[in-house]
Amino acid sequence: MRIAVTGLGATTPLGGDVASNWSALIEGRSGIRTLTEPWVDEMTVHFAGTLAEEPPLDRVEARKLDRSQQVALVAAREAWADAGSPEVEPVRMGTVIGSGIGGFLTLLNAYDTLKERGPSRISPHTVPMLMPSGPAAAVGLEFHAAAGVHAPVSACASGAEAIGVAVRMIQDGRADVVLAGGTETPIHQLTMAGFAAMRALSTRNDDPQGASRPYDVDRDGFVMGEGAGVLVLESEEHALARGARIYAYVVGAGMTADAHHIAQPDPEGKGATRAILAALAQADASPADVAHINAHATSTPQGDVAEAVAIRSAMGAAQPLITGTKSMTGHMLGAAGAVEGIYTVLALHHRLVPATLNLQSLDPEVDLDVVHGEARALPDGDLIALNNSFGFGGHDIAIAFRTA
Amino acid sequence: MSQEILDGLAVIVNEVAGVPVADIQPDKSFIDDLDIDSLSMVEVVMAAEDKWGVKIPDSEVKNLRTVGDAVAYIEKSTA
Repeated sequence: MRIAVTGLGATTPLGGDVASNWSALIEGRSGIRTLTEPWVDEMTVHFAGTLAEEPPLDRVEARKLDRSQQVALVAAREAWADAGSPEVEPVRMGTVIGSGIGGFLTLLNAYDTLKERGPSRISPHTVPMLMPSGPAAAVGLEFHAAAGVHAPVSACASGAEAIGVAVRMIQDGRADVVLAGGTETPIHQLTMAGFAAMRALSTRNDDPQGASRPYDVDRDGFVMGEGAGVLVLESEEHALARGARIYAYVVGAGMTADAHHIAQPDPEGKGATRAILAALAQADASPADVAHINAHATSTPQGDVAEAVAIRSAMGAAQPLITGTKSMTGHMLGAAGAVEGIYTVLALHHRLVPATLNLQSLDPEVDLDVVHGEARALPDGDLIALNNSFGFGGHDIAIAFRTA
Repeated sequence: MSQEILDGLAVIVNEVAGVPVADIQPDKSFIDDLDIDSLSMVEVVMAAEDKWGVKIPDSEVKNLRTVGDAVAYIEKSTA
Protein backbone atom coordinates (compact mmCIF):
# COMPACT_ATOMS: atom_id res chain seq x y z
CA MET A 1 0.00 0.00 0.00
CA ARG A 2 1.36 3.42 -0.92
CA ILE A 3 1.17 6.28 1.55
CA ALA A 4 0.29 9.68 0.09
CA VAL A 5 1.53 13.00 1.44
CA THR A 6 -1.47 15.31 1.14
CA GLY A 7 -0.75 18.18 3.54
CA LEU A 8 2.29 20.07 4.86
CA GLY A 9 2.78 22.46 7.75
CA ALA A 10 5.91 24.03 9.25
CA THR A 11 7.05 26.84 11.48
CA THR A 12 10.82 27.32 11.65
CA PRO A 13 13.55 29.99 11.78
CA LEU A 14 12.90 30.48 8.04
CA GLY A 15 9.19 31.23 8.26
CA GLY A 16 5.90 30.66 9.99
CA ASP A 17 4.45 28.54 7.18
CA VAL A 18 5.54 26.18 4.41
CA ALA A 19 5.44 28.77 1.61
CA SER A 20 7.80 31.16 3.42
CA ASN A 21 10.12 28.24 4.26
CA TRP A 22 10.35 27.21 0.63
CA SER A 23 11.05 30.70 -0.67
CA ALA A 24 13.79 31.18 1.96
CA LEU A 25 15.36 27.83 0.98
CA ILE A 26 15.41 28.70 -2.71
CA GLU A 27 16.72 32.22 -2.09
CA GLY A 28 19.36 30.87 0.32
CA ARG A 29 18.37 32.93 3.36
CA SER A 30 19.64 32.05 6.82
CA GLY A 31 17.31 31.91 9.83
CA ILE A 32 20.15 32.18 12.35
CA ARG A 33 20.18 35.17 14.70
CA THR A 34 22.30 36.53 17.54
CA LEU A 35 20.44 35.91 20.80
CA THR A 36 19.62 38.87 23.03
CA GLU A 37 18.81 36.99 26.25
CA PRO A 38 20.71 38.32 29.29
CA TRP A 39 22.44 34.97 29.89
CA VAL A 40 24.11 34.91 26.48
CA ASP A 41 27.20 36.87 27.48
CA GLU A 42 28.54 34.11 29.71
CA MET A 43 28.07 31.47 27.01
CA THR A 44 30.58 30.29 24.42
CA VAL A 45 27.80 30.37 21.80
CA HIS A 46 25.74 33.52 21.23
CA PHE A 47 23.36 32.56 18.42
CA ALA A 48 20.65 30.14 17.33
CA GLY A 49 17.83 29.67 14.85
CA THR A 50 14.82 31.24 16.54
CA LEU A 51 11.30 31.09 15.12
CA ALA A 52 10.67 33.60 12.34
CA GLU A 53 7.15 34.06 13.72
CA GLU A 54 5.95 33.52 17.27
CA PRO A 55 3.14 30.92 17.44
CA PRO A 56 -0.13 32.73 16.65
CA LEU A 57 -2.15 31.26 19.51
CA ASP A 58 -4.51 33.12 21.82
CA ARG A 59 -3.37 33.81 25.37
CA VAL A 60 -5.64 31.32 27.12
CA GLU A 61 -4.72 28.49 24.76
CA ALA A 62 -1.00 29.25 24.99
CA ARG A 63 -0.83 29.25 28.79
CA LYS A 64 -1.73 25.54 28.98
CA LEU A 65 0.74 24.46 26.29
CA ASP A 66 4.51 24.18 26.44
CA ARG A 67 6.24 26.04 23.61
CA SER A 68 7.04 22.68 21.94
CA GLN A 69 3.30 21.90 21.96
CA GLN A 70 2.39 25.34 20.63
CA VAL A 71 4.61 25.04 17.55
CA ALA A 72 3.43 21.47 16.93
CA LEU A 73 -0.18 22.68 16.92
CA VAL A 74 0.64 25.55 14.58
CA ALA A 75 2.29 23.18 12.09
CA ALA A 76 -0.50 20.59 12.42
CA ARG A 77 -3.21 23.19 11.77
CA GLU A 78 -1.44 24.38 8.63
CA ALA A 79 -0.93 20.81 7.38
CA TRP A 80 -4.55 19.90 8.03
CA ALA A 81 -5.90 22.96 6.21
CA ASP A 82 -3.43 22.32 3.38
CA ALA A 83 -4.84 18.79 3.03
CA GLY A 84 -8.33 20.23 2.64
CA SER A 85 -9.44 19.52 6.24
CA PRO A 86 -10.60 15.99 5.38
CA GLU A 87 -13.56 14.37 7.10
CA VAL A 88 -12.11 11.37 8.97
CA GLU A 89 -13.82 9.14 11.50
CA PRO A 90 -11.91 9.57 14.79
CA VAL A 91 -11.22 5.82 15.04
CA ARG A 92 -9.47 5.96 11.63
CA MET A 93 -7.41 9.05 12.53
CA GLY A 94 -3.94 8.92 14.13
CA THR A 95 -1.24 11.30 15.35
CA VAL A 96 2.51 10.69 15.67
CA ILE A 97 4.55 13.67 16.86
CA GLY A 98 8.14 13.11 17.99
CA SER A 99 10.37 15.30 20.12
CA GLY A 100 13.91 14.91 21.35
CA ILE A 101 13.47 16.68 24.67
CA GLY A 102 9.76 17.46 25.15
CA GLY A 103 8.49 20.19 27.47
CA PHE A 104 11.65 20.89 29.42
CA LEU A 105 11.08 24.68 29.35
CA THR A 106 7.98 23.98 31.46
CA LEU A 107 9.99 21.67 33.71
CA LEU A 108 12.63 24.33 34.36
CA ASN A 109 10.06 27.05 35.04
CA ALA A 110 8.21 24.75 37.43
CA TYR A 111 11.45 23.95 39.23
CA ASP A 112 12.10 27.68 39.69
CA THR A 113 8.58 28.04 41.12
CA LEU A 114 9.14 25.08 43.42
CA LYS A 115 12.36 26.57 44.82
CA GLU A 116 11.05 30.13 45.08
CA ARG A 117 7.42 29.62 46.17
CA GLY A 118 7.04 26.01 47.31
CA PRO A 119 5.15 22.94 46.14
CA SER A 120 1.66 24.41 46.63
CA ARG A 121 2.31 26.92 43.85
CA ILE A 122 3.04 24.34 41.11
CA SER A 123 0.56 24.72 38.24
CA PRO A 124 -1.87 21.84 37.64
CA HIS A 125 -0.88 22.05 33.97
CA THR A 126 2.78 21.25 34.71
CA VAL A 127 2.70 17.51 33.96
CA PRO A 128 0.68 17.63 30.71
CA MET A 129 2.96 20.45 29.54
CA LEU A 130 6.29 18.75 30.27
CA MET A 131 5.62 15.15 29.23
CA PRO A 132 7.40 14.19 25.96
CA SER A 133 4.10 12.85 24.61
CA GLY A 134 2.46 16.23 25.26
CA PRO A 135 2.81 17.61 21.72
CA ALA A 136 1.36 14.41 20.22
CA ALA A 137 -1.45 14.50 22.78
CA ALA A 138 -2.27 18.16 22.10
CA VAL A 139 -2.42 17.57 18.34
CA GLY A 140 -4.33 14.30 18.77
CA LEU A 141 -6.95 16.01 20.95
CA GLU A 142 -7.53 18.84 18.53
CA PHE A 143 -7.93 16.50 15.54
CA HIS A 144 -9.84 13.75 17.40
CA ALA A 145 -7.21 11.09 16.71
CA ALA A 146 -8.72 8.00 18.32
CA ALA A 147 -6.86 5.38 16.26
CA GLY A 148 -3.69 6.05 18.24
CA VAL A 149 -1.39 8.82 19.44
CA HIS A 150 2.35 8.11 19.54
CA ALA A 151 5.44 10.11 20.42
CA PRO A 152 8.72 8.63 19.19
CA VAL A 153 11.70 9.87 21.17
CA SER A 154 14.97 9.22 19.35
CA ALA A 155 16.94 12.44 19.83
CA CYS A 156 17.53 14.23 16.52
CA ALA A 157 15.87 11.42 14.53
CA SER A 158 12.52 11.74 16.36
CA GLY A 159 10.70 13.67 13.62
CA ALA A 160 11.78 11.19 10.96
CA GLU A 161 10.91 8.23 13.15
CA ALA A 162 7.42 9.75 13.52
CA ILE A 163 6.98 9.49 9.75
CA GLY A 164 8.11 5.86 9.88
CA VAL A 165 5.71 5.01 12.72
CA ALA A 166 2.85 6.78 10.91
CA VAL A 167 3.50 4.80 7.73
CA ARG A 168 3.31 1.60 9.75
CA MET A 169 0.03 2.67 11.38
CA ILE A 170 -1.56 3.08 7.96
CA GLN A 171 0.02 -0.06 6.48
CA ASP A 172 -1.13 -2.11 9.47
CA GLY A 173 -4.69 -0.95 8.87
CA ARG A 174 -4.96 0.97 12.14
CA ALA A 175 -5.65 4.35 10.50
CA ASP A 176 -6.50 5.96 7.15
CA VAL A 177 -5.03 9.38 7.93
CA VAL A 178 -2.19 10.31 10.29
CA LEU A 179 -0.74 13.67 11.28
CA ALA A 180 2.99 12.91 11.53
CA GLY A 181 5.78 15.23 12.52
CA GLY A 182 8.28 16.52 15.00
CA THR A 183 8.67 19.47 17.31
CA GLU A 184 11.46 21.03 19.37
CA THR A 185 11.93 24.30 21.20
CA PRO A 186 15.36 23.77 22.75
CA ILE A 187 16.72 27.30 22.99
CA HIS A 188 17.62 27.81 26.64
CA GLN A 189 20.84 28.45 28.50
CA LEU A 190 20.87 24.92 29.96
CA THR A 191 20.50 23.09 26.66
CA MET A 192 23.02 25.33 24.95
CA ALA A 193 25.45 24.78 27.83
CA GLY A 194 24.92 21.02 27.55
CA PHE A 195 25.56 20.83 23.82
CA ALA A 196 28.43 23.32 24.16
CA ALA A 197 29.97 21.06 26.82
CA MET A 198 29.98 18.27 24.23
CA ARG A 199 31.80 20.70 21.90
CA ALA A 200 28.99 20.03 19.43
CA LEU A 201 28.01 23.66 18.73
CA SER A 202 29.62 26.12 16.34
CA THR A 203 31.23 29.05 18.17
CA ARG A 204 31.41 31.34 15.13
CA ASN A 205 29.98 34.26 17.13
CA ASP A 206 31.34 36.89 14.76
CA ASP A 207 29.38 35.39 11.82
CA PRO A 208 26.21 33.61 13.03
CA GLN A 209 24.70 33.24 9.55
CA GLY A 210 27.92 31.66 8.32
CA ALA A 211 28.13 29.25 11.27
CA SER A 212 26.06 26.34 9.93
CA ARG A 213 28.13 25.15 6.97
CA PRO A 214 27.55 21.45 6.27
CA TYR A 215 30.32 19.71 4.29
CA ASP A 216 32.43 22.89 4.23
CA VAL A 217 36.04 22.33 5.23
CA ASP A 218 35.79 25.13 7.83
CA ARG A 219 32.69 23.86 9.67
CA ASP A 220 33.02 23.76 13.46
CA GLY A 221 29.73 22.40 14.82
CA PHE A 222 25.97 22.69 14.57
CA VAL A 223 23.69 25.64 15.27
CA MET A 224 20.69 25.04 17.49
CA GLY A 225 17.28 25.82 16.04
CA GLU A 226 13.63 25.60 17.07
CA GLY A 227 10.54 24.68 15.08
CA ALA A 228 8.02 22.06 14.09
CA GLY A 229 6.94 20.26 10.95
CA VAL A 230 3.85 18.12 10.37
CA LEU A 231 2.76 16.09 7.33
CA VAL A 232 -0.66 14.67 6.57
CA LEU A 233 -0.08 11.06 5.55
CA GLU A 234 -2.92 9.11 4.07
CA SER A 235 -3.51 5.76 2.44
CA GLU A 236 -3.48 6.26 -1.33
CA GLU A 237 -6.96 4.76 -1.54
CA HIS A 238 -8.34 7.28 0.97
CA ALA A 239 -6.57 10.20 -0.73
CA LEU A 240 -7.83 9.25 -4.20
CA ALA A 241 -11.38 8.64 -2.97
CA ARG A 242 -11.64 12.20 -1.70
CA GLY A 243 -9.81 13.73 -4.66
CA ALA A 244 -6.95 15.03 -2.53
CA ARG A 245 -3.91 16.75 -4.01
CA ILE A 246 -0.94 14.37 -3.60
CA TYR A 247 2.48 16.02 -3.21
CA ALA A 248 4.44 12.77 -3.17
CA TYR A 249 4.38 9.26 -1.70
CA VAL A 250 6.25 7.83 1.28
CA VAL A 251 7.58 4.54 -0.08
CA GLY A 252 10.10 3.45 2.54
CA ALA A 253 11.21 4.03 6.12
CA GLY A 254 14.56 2.48 7.09
CA MET A 255 15.10 2.50 10.84
CA THR A 256 18.33 1.11 12.31
CA ALA A 257 20.91 1.91 14.98
CA ASP A 258 24.69 2.23 15.20
CA ALA A 259 25.26 0.35 18.47
CA HIS A 260 28.58 2.18 18.52
CA HIS A 261 28.73 5.16 20.93
CA ILE A 262 26.29 7.37 22.86
CA ALA A 263 27.21 10.51 20.91
CA GLN A 264 29.86 9.80 18.28
CA PRO A 265 28.72 8.55 14.88
CA ASP A 266 30.09 5.24 13.66
CA PRO A 267 32.92 6.53 11.42
CA GLU A 268 32.02 3.95 8.79
CA GLY A 269 28.33 4.92 8.97
CA LYS A 270 27.24 1.28 8.82
CA GLY A 271 23.92 1.86 10.59
CA ALA A 272 23.12 4.79 8.31
CA THR A 273 23.97 2.75 5.23
CA ARG A 274 21.65 -0.03 6.37
CA ALA A 275 18.85 2.50 6.99
CA ILE A 276 19.20 3.92 3.48
CA LEU A 277 19.28 0.46 1.89
CA ALA A 278 16.27 -0.67 3.95
CA ALA A 279 14.26 2.36 2.80
CA LEU A 280 15.21 1.65 -0.83
CA ALA A 281 14.31 -2.04 -0.49
CA GLN A 282 10.86 -1.13 0.85
CA ALA A 283 10.50 1.28 -2.08
CA ASP A 284 11.51 -1.50 -4.48
CA ALA A 285 14.07 0.98 -5.82
CA SER A 286 17.78 0.93 -6.55
CA PRO A 287 20.43 3.59 -5.81
CA ALA A 288 20.27 4.72 -9.46
CA ASP A 289 16.62 5.75 -8.90
CA VAL A 290 17.60 8.20 -6.14
CA ALA A 291 17.68 11.73 -7.56
CA HIS A 292 18.08 13.67 -4.35
CA ILE A 293 19.01 13.30 -0.68
CA ASN A 294 18.23 15.86 2.00
CA ALA A 295 21.14 14.88 4.25
CA HIS A 296 21.22 15.04 8.04
CA ALA A 297 24.33 17.24 7.56
CA THR A 298 24.44 19.08 10.87
CA SER A 299 27.79 20.80 10.18
CA THR A 300 29.74 18.88 12.84
CA PRO A 301 33.26 17.88 11.79
CA GLN A 302 32.76 14.13 12.39
CA GLY A 303 29.07 13.70 11.64
CA ASP A 304 29.12 15.12 8.13
CA VAL A 305 32.01 12.86 7.07
CA ALA A 306 30.42 9.76 8.61
CA GLU A 307 27.18 10.49 6.74
CA ALA A 308 29.06 11.12 3.49
CA VAL A 309 30.77 7.74 3.89
CA ALA A 310 27.40 6.09 4.57
CA ILE A 311 25.72 7.70 1.56
CA ARG A 312 28.58 6.76 -0.74
CA SER A 313 28.56 3.22 0.57
CA ALA A 314 24.80 2.88 -0.01
CA MET A 315 24.71 4.69 -3.37
CA GLY A 316 27.67 3.01 -5.05
CA ALA A 317 28.46 5.04 -8.17
CA ALA A 318 25.13 6.89 -8.22
CA GLN A 319 25.33 10.68 -7.75
CA PRO A 320 22.08 12.05 -6.31
CA LEU A 321 21.91 15.79 -5.63
CA ILE A 322 22.69 16.26 -1.95
CA THR A 323 21.65 19.24 0.14
CA GLY A 324 22.05 20.26 3.76
CA THR A 325 19.20 22.61 4.66
CA LYS A 326 20.40 22.93 8.27
CA SER A 327 22.79 25.47 6.74
CA MET A 328 19.76 27.80 6.77
CA THR A 329 17.48 26.52 9.56
CA GLY A 330 20.03 25.39 12.09
CA HIS A 331 19.44 22.03 13.74
CA MET A 332 15.89 21.74 15.09
CA LEU A 333 16.77 18.45 16.86
CA GLY A 334 13.59 16.35 17.18
CA ALA A 335 11.78 18.52 14.63
CA ALA A 336 14.53 18.30 12.02
CA GLY A 337 13.50 14.99 10.45
CA ALA A 338 9.91 16.12 9.94
CA VAL A 339 10.76 19.59 8.64
CA GLU A 340 13.38 18.16 6.30
CA GLY A 341 10.91 15.47 5.23
CA ILE A 342 8.69 18.36 4.12
CA TYR A 343 11.62 19.99 2.31
CA THR A 344 12.33 16.67 0.55
CA VAL A 345 8.69 16.37 -0.53
CA LEU A 346 8.77 19.95 -1.82
CA ALA A 347 12.00 19.29 -3.74
CA LEU A 348 10.25 16.43 -5.57
CA HIS A 349 7.05 18.44 -5.99
CA HIS A 350 8.85 21.47 -7.46
CA ARG A 351 11.66 19.36 -8.97
CA LEU A 352 14.16 21.75 -7.45
CA VAL A 353 16.89 21.10 -4.84
CA PRO A 354 17.78 24.02 -2.55
CA ALA A 355 21.49 24.88 -2.29
CA THR A 356 23.52 24.28 0.85
CA LEU A 357 24.29 27.72 2.25
CA ASN A 358 27.85 28.59 3.30
CA LEU A 359 29.44 25.71 1.39
CA GLN A 360 32.50 27.46 -0.03
CA SER A 361 35.11 24.74 0.02
CA LEU A 362 33.94 21.12 0.00
CA ASP A 363 35.68 18.93 2.58
CA PRO A 364 37.95 16.64 0.52
CA GLU A 365 36.73 13.69 2.61
CA VAL A 366 33.20 14.25 1.26
CA ASP A 367 32.75 12.44 -2.05
CA LEU A 368 29.25 13.71 -2.88
CA ASP A 369 27.57 16.06 -5.37
CA VAL A 370 26.49 18.69 -2.84
CA VAL A 371 24.28 21.44 -4.29
CA HIS A 372 25.71 24.85 -3.46
CA GLY A 373 25.65 28.34 -4.93
CA GLU A 374 22.14 28.07 -6.28
CA ALA A 375 19.25 25.62 -6.42
CA ARG A 376 19.46 22.86 -9.04
CA ALA A 377 16.62 21.33 -11.04
CA LEU A 378 15.66 17.68 -10.85
CA PRO A 379 14.87 15.80 -14.08
CA ASP A 380 11.38 14.82 -15.23
CA GLY A 381 10.03 11.34 -14.66
CA ASP A 382 9.54 9.03 -11.70
CA LEU A 383 12.08 9.96 -8.98
CA ILE A 384 13.03 8.83 -5.51
CA ALA A 385 14.35 11.20 -2.84
CA LEU A 386 15.67 10.34 0.60
CA ASN A 387 15.69 12.22 3.86
CA ASN A 388 18.33 11.12 6.38
CA SER A 389 18.05 11.76 10.11
CA PHE A 390 20.39 10.58 12.83
CA GLY A 391 20.45 11.11 16.57
CA PHE A 392 22.62 10.86 19.65
CA GLY A 393 22.29 7.31 20.84
CA GLY A 394 23.00 6.03 17.34
CA HIS A 395 19.51 6.34 15.83
CA ASP A 396 19.54 6.10 12.03
CA ILE A 397 16.41 6.86 10.00
CA ALA A 398 16.10 7.17 6.23
CA ILE A 399 12.71 8.00 4.69
CA ALA A 400 12.18 7.38 0.96
CA PHE A 401 9.73 9.55 -0.99
CA ARG A 402 8.58 9.09 -4.59
CA THR A 403 7.20 11.69 -7.00
CA ALA A 404 3.40 11.72 -7.29
CA MET B 1 -22.08 39.90 48.48
CA SER B 2 -18.77 41.69 48.00
CA GLN B 3 -18.65 43.31 44.55
CA GLU B 4 -14.91 43.77 45.02
CA ILE B 5 -14.33 40.02 45.47
CA LEU B 6 -16.67 39.20 42.57
CA ASP B 7 -14.77 41.60 40.32
CA GLY B 8 -11.41 40.19 41.43
CA LEU B 9 -12.57 36.62 40.87
CA ALA B 10 -13.88 37.55 37.42
CA VAL B 11 -10.44 38.84 36.47
CA ILE B 12 -8.87 35.57 37.65
CA VAL B 13 -11.36 33.35 35.79
CA ASN B 14 -10.88 35.44 32.65
CA GLU B 15 -7.10 35.13 32.96
CA VAL B 16 -7.21 31.35 33.48
CA ALA B 17 -9.98 30.31 31.11
CA GLY B 18 -10.64 33.25 28.81
CA VAL B 19 -14.31 33.56 29.89
CA PRO B 20 -15.53 37.15 29.26
CA VAL B 21 -15.59 39.09 32.53
CA ALA B 22 -19.23 40.10 31.98
CA ASP B 23 -20.29 36.42 31.94
CA ILE B 24 -18.81 35.72 35.35
CA GLN B 25 -21.90 36.24 37.53
CA PRO B 26 -22.73 34.84 41.00
CA ASP B 27 -25.29 32.32 39.73
CA LYS B 28 -22.94 30.76 37.16
CA SER B 29 -21.60 27.25 37.73
CA PHE B 30 -17.86 26.92 37.17
CA ILE B 31 -18.21 23.55 35.46
CA ASP B 32 -21.59 23.70 33.73
CA ASP B 33 -21.76 27.36 32.69
CA LEU B 34 -18.16 28.58 32.47
CA ASP B 35 -16.60 25.34 31.17
CA ILE B 36 -13.83 25.37 33.80
CA ASP B 37 -12.26 21.91 33.98
CA SER B 38 -10.79 20.42 37.15
CA LEU B 39 -7.24 21.55 36.31
CA SER B 40 -8.30 25.11 35.57
CA MET B 41 -10.34 25.15 38.81
CA VAL B 42 -7.12 24.39 40.70
CA GLU B 43 -5.54 27.39 38.98
CA VAL B 44 -8.47 29.63 39.96
CA VAL B 45 -8.17 28.47 43.57
CA MET B 46 -4.39 29.04 43.64
CA ALA B 47 -4.78 32.55 42.21
CA ALA B 48 -7.56 33.38 44.69
CA GLU B 49 -5.44 32.13 47.58
CA ASP B 50 -2.59 34.38 46.44
CA LYS B 51 -4.82 37.41 45.89
CA TRP B 52 -6.74 37.32 49.17
CA GLY B 53 -4.22 35.51 51.39
CA VAL B 54 -6.71 32.76 52.22
CA LYS B 55 -6.44 28.98 52.25
CA ILE B 56 -9.10 27.06 50.33
CA PRO B 57 -8.66 23.36 51.20
CA ASP B 58 -9.50 20.70 48.61
CA SER B 59 -12.36 19.54 50.85
CA GLU B 60 -13.95 23.00 50.39
CA VAL B 61 -13.29 23.36 46.67
CA LYS B 62 -15.89 20.72 45.81
CA ASN B 63 -18.53 22.80 47.59
CA LEU B 64 -17.74 25.88 45.49
CA ARG B 65 -20.15 25.05 42.68
CA THR B 66 -20.97 28.58 41.58
CA VAL B 67 -19.09 31.86 41.39
CA GLY B 68 -21.31 33.11 44.22
CA ASP B 69 -20.24 30.15 46.41
CA ALA B 70 -16.61 31.12 45.90
CA VAL B 71 -17.21 34.81 46.58
CA ALA B 72 -19.04 33.93 49.79
CA TYR B 73 -16.27 31.57 50.93
CA ILE B 74 -13.55 34.16 50.30
CA GLU B 75 -15.63 36.88 51.98
CA LYS B 76 -16.10 34.69 55.06
CA SER B 77 -12.39 33.73 55.15
CA THR B 78 -11.18 37.33 54.92
CA ALA B 79 -13.73 38.74 57.40
